[in-house]
Amino acid sequence: MMQGQRRAMEPARLFLGLLAVSAALAASSLHQRPPQPELLLEEEEPELGESPSGSLWPLPRSLRILPDQLQLAPTRFQLVHGPGSTAGPGCALLQDAFRRYYEYIFGYSKWQNRGQRPLPTGTELFQLQVIIGSKDSECDNYPTISSNEAYQLSVTEPVAVLRAEKVWGALRGLETFSQLVYEDDYGSFVINESEITDYPRFAHRGILLDTSRHFLPLKSILTNLGSYSYDHIYTPTDVRLVIDYARLRGIRVIPEFDSPGHTQSWGKGQKDLLTPCFNGEHRSGSYGPVNPILNTTYHFMTDLFKEISSVFPDAYIHLGGDEVDFTCWKSNPDVTEFMKQQGFGIDYAKLESYYIQKILDIVSSTNKGYIVWQEVFDTGVKIKPDTIVEVWIGTSYTTELSRVTRAGFTTILAAPWYLDYISYGQDWKKYYSVEPLNFPGCEKQKKLVIGGEACLWGEFVDATNLTPRLWPRASAVGERLWSSKNVTNIGDAYNRLVKHRCRMLRRGIAAEPLFVGYCDHEYRGL
Amino acid sequence: MAELALVLLLVGLVPTGAVWPQPQLVRESPGRCRLSPGRFRFGYARSSAVGPGCAVLDQAFRRYWRLLRDAGPRAPEDTRPWEPLCAELLVSVATPHCDGFPNMDSVESYKLSTSEDLSLLSSESVWGALRGLETFSQLVWRDEDGMFYLNKTDIVDFPRFAHRGLLLDTSRHYLPLRAILETLDVMAYNKFNVFHWHIVDDPSFPYESAAFPELSRKGAYNPATHVYTLNDVKLVIEYARLRGIRVISEFDTPGHTLSWGPGHWTLCSVACDFILLLSLACRRSNPEIQAFMQQMGFGQDYAKLESFYIQRLLDIISSYGKGYVVWQEVFDNGVKVKPDTIIHVWRENAGPYQQEVARVTKAGYRALLSAPWYLNRISYGQDWQTAYQVEPLEFEGSLEQKELVIGGEACMWGEYVDVTNLTPRLWPRAGAIAERLWSNKTVTDLQDAYIRLADFRCTLLRRGIQAQPLFTGYCDAEYSGF
Repeated sequence: MMQGQRRAMEPARLFLGLLAVSAALAASSLHQRPPQPELLLEEEEPELGESPSGSLWPLPRSLRILPDQLQLAPTRFQLVHGPGSTAGPGCALLQDAFRRYYEYIFGYSKWQNRGQRPLPTGTELFQLQVIIGSKDSECDNYPTISSNEAYQLSVTEPVAVLRAEKVWGALRGLETFSQLVYEDDYGSFVINESEITDYPRFAHRGILLDTSRHFLPLKSILTNLGSYSYDHIYTPTDVRLVIDYARLRGIRVIPEFDSPGHTQSWGKGQKDLLTPCFNGEHRSGSYGPVNPILNTTYHFMTDLFKEISSVFPDAYIHLGGDEVDFTCWKSNPDVTEFMKQQGFGIDYAKLESYYIQKILDIVSSTNKGYIVWQEVFDTGVKIKPDTIVEVWIGTSYTTELSRVTRAGFTTILAAPWYLDYISYGQDWKKYYSVEPLNFPGCEKQKKLVIGGEACLWGEFVDATNLTPRLWPRASAVGERLWSSKNVTNIGDAYNRLVKHRCRMLRRGIAAEPLFVGYCDHEYRGL
Repeated sequence: MAELALVLLLVGLVPTGAVWPQPQLVRESPGRCRLSPGRFRFGYARSSAVGPGCAVLDQAFRRYWRLLRDAGPRAPEDTRPWEPLCAELLVSVATPHCDGFPNMDSVESYKLSTSEDLSLLSSESVWGALRGLETFSQLVWRDEDGMFYLNKTDIVDFPRFAHRGLLLDTSRHYLPLRAILETLDVMAYNKFNVFHWHIVDDPSFPYESAAFPELSRKGAYNPATHVYTLNDVKLVIEYARLRGIRVISEFDTPGHTLSWGPGHWTLCSVACDFILLLSLACRRSNPEIQAFMQQMGFGQDYAKLESFYIQRLLDIISSYGKGYVVWQEVFDNGVKVKPDTIIHVWRENAGPYQQEVARVTKAGYRALLSAPWYLNRISYGQDWQTAYQVEPLEFEGSLEQKELVIGGEACMWGEYVDVTNLTPRLWPRAGAIAERLWSNKTVTDLQDAYIRLADFRCTLLRRGIQAQPLFTGYCDAEYSGF
């Protein structure tokens, strides 16, 4: 026995430097724990396995995958408009998508050097035909809250067919198709025969990016939807680029111009817009929220929102309305006088209400709908019945959802999905576990929840860390908002999301890891 | 709120001559010279014991010459026309050693005097000269018109702690070579001098061994792509050396060795008993281990078995003339170690770490501190401040005990980290620890640190490093490394 032990020590000879020795956490668990401060909650290490749904993310509504495999030859396979489609080569949106998805499917491998020998009959998939059914394909439109994103995908030999009423469904179907193709051990592109019917559970599935706390170069925005702007400004051309880029991907762009709070930076370029604060009888030199008592304020806002409504084609504008600090208003004697005249007494919520109603009227007159943060509802501002209220305050958001929907308002949920609140460990699981409709309310109320948003506020985020912080954590929210309510198995989600994350790496997105492991093609962006 | 106040402080007002980490003694005088990066020269003073041919400094001159162009904007003073042109920086090293490796006893002190015509950097060793060159590169600044300047400055500098390390974990996730090399570059910008390479562990064995190729062939995630060849390792060691950084590799045993098993069944048949020691089930179920325990009179005390293993291992390492660093459990479990062992304090749940440092040093061992510096433990907000406020010598103990604390290490464990998020997660947060380990004990002002660190972060961006922001704000040159 002793001799065996001596032999066993030979690897030690290889150690280049100093040797570190770890101790057994003697009486503890079966699993090796990394030498780090012990987690109070033992993180259960997920076992990476194979999901029956492969690497699909988000999981489609109904899915049948058969064992029969078909091969795709990169030199021959085509994405085409199918017979009877109301969209054709003139549809720039689909042409662009065909090129993009071809690259996603075949691009990351060096297929160009492969031979062109024909494959045995009965095993090759030659085309994916895309057939738009509706007379108006909406090819040249912008997506809206009521866009039809449903699709059916049928993968059989020799031709696969993707059917959708509108181009938006085709975009979703192309993404799913690209996720079905994989490489086998010999490097051949393979897809299983499958039947998929799919449509989103929620119509509003959003990501919030904050470009005020930190300027995000355009490429950073576009990567996550270079010309780096040296002056930290988005020109009209830049804005148009983002809007068009998003449209081609079936993504709406909703701008938020938040007021009366969160407007310090507006005051620098627009004199007399903000309320001057007072120290007793004298101006203190600092400014507060937008000044609600001046006519000039509303002239300015009218002109501003007229411009905004023409620059941004979406039917909705987000008007903010959150976190209004009354301190400055309270200090200003002109404001106090105005309050008296209006009969508001000392109830500044009434002043806020007064301001917001005027803004809402201005925006309505531009024929846009509006979205507001929950405070606008909470403080009793009179808002039009078709206002969308976004619930963001973390504490008891389920109660808020009940209240907002009971009052008959459409709502978007953001509260449990503040991705800027980073923490150690697999926090994607807690985002995934949120069930948006888990609040006290009747069926009619639940129907008023049109979706949600993952928010990445920018205090600690800029182009250096945006992408790894967003992905794949936001993907968890993505599936929660697209897939069926009963898709909740964390283990299966883990298996698929790990693969989906590796896919994002292949597509050049620096999505961070979920846990210990690796991808065949690591990120090459550096 | 306080954070907003700090931001307002920052706007445009970085003092000239701000260096990170803060040097021991800085004296600025009126006067400056204009610097032309294309024409500025680094050279050896006649008094220098090393000269051209000294790779460490020859290479450093090239590197820092290029980095001059990344100098950043400062608050301009009154412009005086016809300012003199800075000519060159001459380096004088006292000891003639150039081809060795930095070690625990290397002298990293330096003196730097910049003035109108000549700047002089003098140091004991080439390692000190490297530190001085980095400082010099941070003294150069640009005004609004893009002109480069160097203020008249006198600096006397030396590190407070001799061991200032950074740990990377390449087992939980494989890190491509370029990520390791970039980390070494930024370590040098921060005057870190030890790269602790936690190269293998349970999940994967990426180290390609010549004597035992099966270890990586079976234990690496992908033995074709996710390995470090001997050439890779040599490259890392030399790359580090040229930056005055020691490479300490860690082959962690007896636990954390699941990835060793697949590649070494022959080894395992006899030694598997030892390698799988941590697994309770294995331990309990393995009849040979049971028999051995009885034979040795250990009873059911597995800590004794662990002790037995570790002592054997330490003897082997000693026989190669190497010293060793061990994680604190080895000390905590009463394993008999040599008096020159270094104990690495990392745990936070076995009572406050300060007590552990007190215990370790009281027993006469040298200590390294990592417990409050686990950078992988992210949280919302400016957590760099907590790391910065750690005072390594704040524990109950005598002066002799305090002298046994030789430094510390920032740790970036890899469970949730790979090349996609390593750099923004490391920098500038690790910079807070770099300053704590280099600068004087009295350098503790958070507001001043914020201003300098935010400015240093912009310097990192200009140098092409994807360092994340400290808080709301901007740099003139945003990250554009897409």
